[in-house]
Amino acid sequence: MMQSLVHLGRNAIDRISTLGRAAQLIWGAIIAVPQPVKNTPLLIRQMYVVGVQSFLIVAVSGLFIGMVMALQSYTVLIDYGAEDSLGPMVALSLLRELGPVVTALLFAGRAGSALTAEIGLMKATEQLSSLEMMAIDPLRRIIAPRFWAGVLTMPMLALIFSAIGILGGKFVGVDWLGVDQGSYWSVMQASVEFHQDVVNGFIKSLVFAAVVTWIAVFNGYDCEPTSEGISAATTKTVVHSSLAVLGLDFILTALMFGL
Amino acid sequence: MLSRKIELLVGLFVAVAIAAGLMLSLYVANQGISGDQETYQLKAKFDNIGGLKVRSAVKVGGVVIGRVADISLDKKNFTPVVTLDISTKYQDFPETSSVAILTSGLLGEQYIGLQPGFSFDGIGTLKDGDFVEDTKSALVLEDLIGQFLFSKNKD
Amino acid sequence: MQNLVEVDNLTFRRGERIIYENISMRFEQGKTTAIMGPSGIGKTTLLRLIGGQLKPDSGDIRFQDKSIVSMNRSQLYKARRDMGMLFQSGALFTDINVFDNVAYPLREHTKLPEHLIRLVVLVKLQAVGLRGAAGLMPSELSGGMARRAALARAIALDPKLIMYDEPFAGQDPISMGVLVKLIRELNNALNLTSIVVTHDVDEVMQIADYAYIIADKKVIGEGTPEQIRASDSPLVQQFLNGAADGPVPFHYAAKPLQDELLQGCK
Repeated sequence: MMQSLVHLGRNAIDRISTLGRAAQLIWGAIIAVPQPVKNTPLLIRQMYVVGVQSFLIVAVSGLFIGMVMALQSYTVLIDYGAEDSLGPMVALSLLRELGPVVTALLFAGRAGSALTAEIGLMKATEQLSSLEMMAIDPLRRIIAPRFWAGVLTMPMLALIFSAIGILGGKFVGVDWLGVDQGSYWSVMQASVEFHQDVVNGFIKSLVFAAVVTWIAVFNGYDCEPTSEGISAATTKTVVHSSLAVLGLDFILTALMFGL
Repeated sequence: MLSRKIELLVGLFVAVAIAAGLMLSLYVANQGISGDQETYQLKAKFDNIGGLKVRSAVKVGGVVIGRVADISLDKKNFTPVVTLDISTKYQDFPETSSVAILTSGLLGEQYIGLQPGFSFDGIGTLKDGDFVEDTKSALVLEDLIGQFLFSKNKD
Repeated sequence: MQNLVEVDNLTFRRGERIIYENISMRFEQGKTTAIMGPSGIGKTTLLRLIGGQLKPDSGDIRFQDKSIVSMNRSQLYKARRDMGMLFQSGALFTDINVFDNVAYPLREHTKLPEHLIRLVVLVKLQAVGLRGAAGLMPSELSGGMARRAALARAIALDPKLIMYDEPFAGQDPISMGVLVKLIRELNNALNLTSIVVTHDVDEVMQIADYAYIIADKKVIGEGTPEQIRASDSPLVQQFLNGAADGPVPFHYAAKPLQDELLQGCK
């Protein structure tokens, strides 16, 4: 009994101190925004690594998810003679949910884990320490550009995902299954609202971007500098950010679309 | 230090993202009645609102002119009160206008149809906060079937 | 002679474990000082303490007569510009080539135009004999070359102090000889103060002006190489000669062998 209480207490202290370190990290990195001239090339480089290199997987997934959704929805809608609603069905699911959420999950797997492993390896090979000894703050030089690159690129990826998904839905729905082209677009336009759906989806992915990238860079920066430590940190990044994304998605959806 | 290829690819990536954003906001999303447009409010009392929901469309002859902003119950006589956000682009509906809760298709969404009334001298126009007096409630399928059976039995 | 770095009554704990207990050291300006001791007693920790990456639990460390311990962040970063550190693994940035690695601190801390940076970098690389390797990536270098490249980076800003963390560990005799020569020459040519942390006794005794031997949280011996060799402390002698058993026991602390073996028979 006593033992388990002690255990619980120690666990709680550990968790809280981890959160504290994570907050410190993000503080250091966000404070580091000024210095635009030196940081822009770094930022662009990281946008390439984090964003452009995730483009393909996001685009392909978007295409297939859009096509599958069109196919699935069509089989249900046709029973009610409501295949005209295919457009809004695909567009709304993509914009509100699948775009931000699936992009965030893919991003966590593709870019987040890579970020963690990269930073963890830099720590293990003493590159971070050597930056510090060169009087260069690794939070500014290493963490900040990666964090901002993630925050900037993930919402862009989500937009691309949704747009390609809607096009994929159109290929299947209109070009293959024979839903009327005009009604696919016009019914979609009638029920998709810019503010309600597009902007809210964008805000969602912005929040996910910040959280996923934060988790990724923090796990790398905080990892045990050994091979097991890095692999554990990488796993932790994927697991934690997936859970965080799904949990936050519920909260954000409730706030945005609930009562 | 930074290769041109990377800069180019990042530039392309941003351009694609902007294109996607534009497509979503112009081609996919409805520009007509959006949240940030100027609106004014009309109210209407119904006996029964059926499946009407907040954000259902308000249409005049099929053209969307606004959305249902709020649905509440009048505390005195327990009738539903529906508040409508109407775009300021569409104003000066006569006081004799009527609203009805309609259904698109047999099982489709319910929406509010506004039927502009005749305007002649002495009839004012609907202003912000006014009640539309002439309302027609939603058709409830069960009631309809009940009536049908009832009238059958009589025969 | 003036001391560049002074360590006074330093105590450092990691969790419950005491790493250093009340040790004091002096590092003279322009001299090479060696810190020796068995593996795993936190010699690297000492360098990190001097670099201000770790804070001691008590005691003081002074660099150029200013206390590292009580410095705030920006003062510390300023002080570090006068320090160079050669990490055990070299710690070159793996995503840029050797030239850019050496140029990195220059680009960061100076506003020199690119053609001057090129000049400085080439001079530094020439000093470590790697001018021809400027275009290689760190992954293409051998261990000894990586350390030399890292050394060029460490001296890029002409520091006053340079700290070597196990510079000879895991090197073949030739690259060891190269590194010994480099450390000595750099020390003389640039009037550096060097601190060499190592357990390679023979190599470091060739170049050190003064040496400390640390074991069991304390300084167990100090002096010039001659004094150390002549020391009558059994601990120092065991360390110098590499005897398997002695004051530092061969066996990790355990129950008597007989008890443990018989335990299963009861």
